This record gives sequence, structure tokens and C-alpha cells, in this order.
Amino acid sequence: MIFHHPPLLHTSLGFFVLNYQFDWSVVTSGKYFDWLVSGLITTLKLSCISIVLAFILGLVIAIMRMSHSRPIRWIAHAYLEFYRNTPLLVQIFFWYFGSYKILPAVINDWLVSTNFEFAAGVIALTIYTSAFIAEDIRSGILSIPKEQMEAARSAGFSYLRSMQYIILPQAVRITIPPLVNQFLNLAKNSSLAMTIGVMEMTYQARQVESYTFKGFEAFTAATVVYLVLSIVITSLVNLYNEKVLNLHKAA
Amino acid sequence: MEQFFNISVITDNFTYFMIGRFPHGPLGGVGLTLYLAAVSCVLSFIGGLLLGLLSISRYPVVRYPVLAFINLIRGMPLLMVIFWMYFLMPALFGKVAENNTVIMALTLFTSAYMSRIVVAGIEGIPKGQTEAAISTGLTHWQTMRYIILPQGLRNMIPSFVNQFVSLIKDTSLAFIVGVSELTHVATQINNRTMAFPTEIFVFIAIVYFILCYAFTSLSRWLEGRLAWRKAI
Repeated sequence: MIFHHPPLLHTSLGFFVLNYQFDWSVVTSGKYFDWLVSGLITTLKLSCISIVLAFILGLVIAIMRMSHSRPIRWIAHAYLEFYRNTPLLVQIFFWYFGSYKILPAVINDWLVSTNFEFAAGVIALTIYTSAFIAEDIRSGILSIPKEQMEAARSAGFSYLRSMQYIILPQAVRITIPPLVNQFLNLAKNSSLAMTIGVMEMTYQARQVESYTFKGFEAFTAATVVYLVLSIVITSLVNLYNEKVLNLHKAA
Repeated sequence: MEQFFNISVITDNFTYFMIGRFPHGPLGGVGLTLYLAAVSCVLSFIGGLLLGLLSISRYPVVRYPVLAFINLIRGMPLLMVIFWMYFLMPALFGKVAENNTVIMALTLFTSAYMSRIVVAGIEGIPKGQTEAAISTGLTHWQTMRYIILPQGLRNMIPSFVNQFVSLIKDTSLAFIVGVSELTHVATQINNRTMAFPTEIFVFIAIVYFILCYAFTSLSRWLEGRLAWRKAI
């Protein structure tokens, strides 16, 4: 792969401590700035697409996990355990290098005709994150008193309709903070997509580093972007928590 | 048509997958993965304990910088931490082996997460215990050392095991800087054989799964056992 033996870092760093010339203009304007911005956009695109898909998939898995049928429950359980207990990097490699043998030809053709790196990244991140989201949703659903389900059922709703109209709207509201945290994890995890050549934030920082030897500036820029992202999102979650807590207190 | 799942690529390279070139060369494969995870786990236990205790210090001068550092690390992807270490360690300490760079990065990253576990464990001990200890004449530090930590740490054991599972998964990122752990070995074999990526990556996924699932189960078992002891 790309990073087996990168000798540049070693040789260029010997003089780092003594006479390293900081040059922040490299990352604040010009071509390299544009690279970093495009990296940020790719990171956000990758994370946003994956979180939506992962939410849908996670919801399905969570409902399967609580199904009355034992085989369905077992399938969902196996799915969760398998994807939570294997490294994301291996999953990314599997989808990028190894998935062609198990996917139908039609899908393979379509994937190759689009941006395959990006698609493989989305698939891997979606599936990995869905396993975590499913558990969050499940604990959200379990936190709703089961009398609500019983009341809904005795009012004549079917199981799925009770879920749809009574349980899920409340459970999703409780699940929002952990979901937003999952989005944050996803944004950070999406950095792994660089290993298959998706040009996201970390990839571009790496790229700027190898073109300019200004590694300190490049990595600082990427780190600041990730930090701002996580500070903004964490504050939003805290704000929401306060609001929800107030809501609960009022009710 | 080729064979759907060619097992020979696995069996031919099985020793290489498990221990790399070990008896005649450096350790690799699963062996190195476990070595990296174990060493980082021990170090980040110490680091996490230290950061955790400092982050609830009574002195704001200590508390706020430590909290800022913890949040800095938690806000970054592990990959960025590895790149930072890869970039800074040689500058600060001269030539550093890749294994140690990765161990440092994993330790730093996991310590930040473990510190949260430590804080939660300490906060889980009823406040009455601290008050009782202080009124018997123990100092703040003695209270921590003899009363709170022995109980708190026991409650933290399952979370520590979970962190170890995360570490096993995270060691796969060492591949980026050329450390020949399991994922790196897999990409090597994949590059050499060319034709069997599905087999290779499914195989290592299963290997990782077995390792992680074993420890996840251990953590669940411990959780049940510790809860049972507490009830008596």
C-alpha cells in the first residue's frame, strides 16, 4: 500500500528541533489550503452520507434485535457482535479489495463506474457505525416503559405501528445525544478511508506534508479542524441534553 | 471458474499470519498485534490512572490543563495521533523504532479514554466513604490510595477489558507506519498473491473477531461476577 516505507519523514526530521522554520502561510492560503478545504468537504460528505445510512440500518437491526422470532434476533445479534469486534480498517479493506467476489456483477459494475474508493468507504463506515447505533437505539427503546407498548397494543395498533407511532418517536428523542456522538466518532473514523485513497482531511494533511515538508503546520491544521468539529458537536449535544432534561423536569 | 473460497492461501501462510518471521526474525502477525495491545494496555492503564486523578484534582492549575489535554486527544482521530507521534518522536528522541512509535500513540490515545473510566469509577464510590475516611484522620491522598481506588478499580475492571478490546482493534492502524502486525501481514500477502483478497481479509476479520470476542465475553463474565460479589 501507500505507506509501507516512507523514508522522507525520518530524513527530514533530524534538524527539526534546531532550525525548523515555521511557515503557516502554507496551510492558510494558496493551493495547499484548497487541498485541506477539499479534504474537509470530503470528510463531511463521507460522514453525513454514512450517518444517514447507518441510522436507517441501525434502526432495522435494533428492531430485529428485539423481534419475537428467535432466528431474526440471532441474526441481528451475530451482526452486532461481528461488526463491533473487528477493526474498521479490516472492514474497509474487505469492502475495497475483497467484496467483488461476494457482490453481484451488476452492483460491481455500478460501483466501479462511480467513485469506488468513496463508495467502499461509505459502505464500510455505514456498516461499522450501524452496529454501534443499533445498540444506542435499542437502549433508547428499552428506556421507554413497556406499559406504553401494552397500551398501544390494547388500543388496537399492530406491533410495527405501535413502534412507529408510540415507541420510536420517544426513543429517538432520547437516542439523539448518543447518535450525535456516533456522528463524531464516524467523522473521526472516516480518516481511515485515506488508506484506500479517499482524499479526506487526514489524507490531504499527509499530502501537504509530503509536498512541502511542513508537517507540523499540516498536521496542526487537520487537528484544529477535527477539534473544532468535535467542540461544536459536543456543545450542541450538551445544549440538547439541557433542553431535554428541562423538558423532562417540566413534564 | 475459480474456486470460490481458496483456503490454501491461508493454510500456506498460516505461520506467517500468526507470528510473522518470528523464530528467525522480528515478531509479526497476531503475535505482534497482541504484544502491541498488551504493552499499550499496561502503559495506558498507568497513564489513564494518572490523567484521571489529575483531572479531578482540587487545584484548577492542574485540573484545567489536564482536562484540555484529555479533550484534545479525544477530539482527534487515532490516525492523527499516530501521525503526530510518527512525526514528533524522532524530532524529540532521535531515531525511534516504529513499534515504539505506535505503542506511544496508542498509549496516549487510550490513556485519555481510560482517564474517563477512572473518573467514573471513582465517582461511583459513595461520598460517605470519603467523608468517613477523612474523619478517621486519613489525608486526601491516603483516602484515595487505601479506600477509594481499591474499590473503584475493581468496578472498572470490565471497562478496562473493553478498552483492551478496542486496543486490539486499534493496533490495526499500526499498518499505516509499516509495523508488521496482522493487518500489515495481510496486505503483504495480498500484494504478493494478488488473487485472493476476499479470503485473506475475511480470514483476518475472523481472527480479530475471535480475539476480541474472547475478551468481550471475559468482560461480561467479570461484570456479572463482580456484581454478584458486591451483593453479598
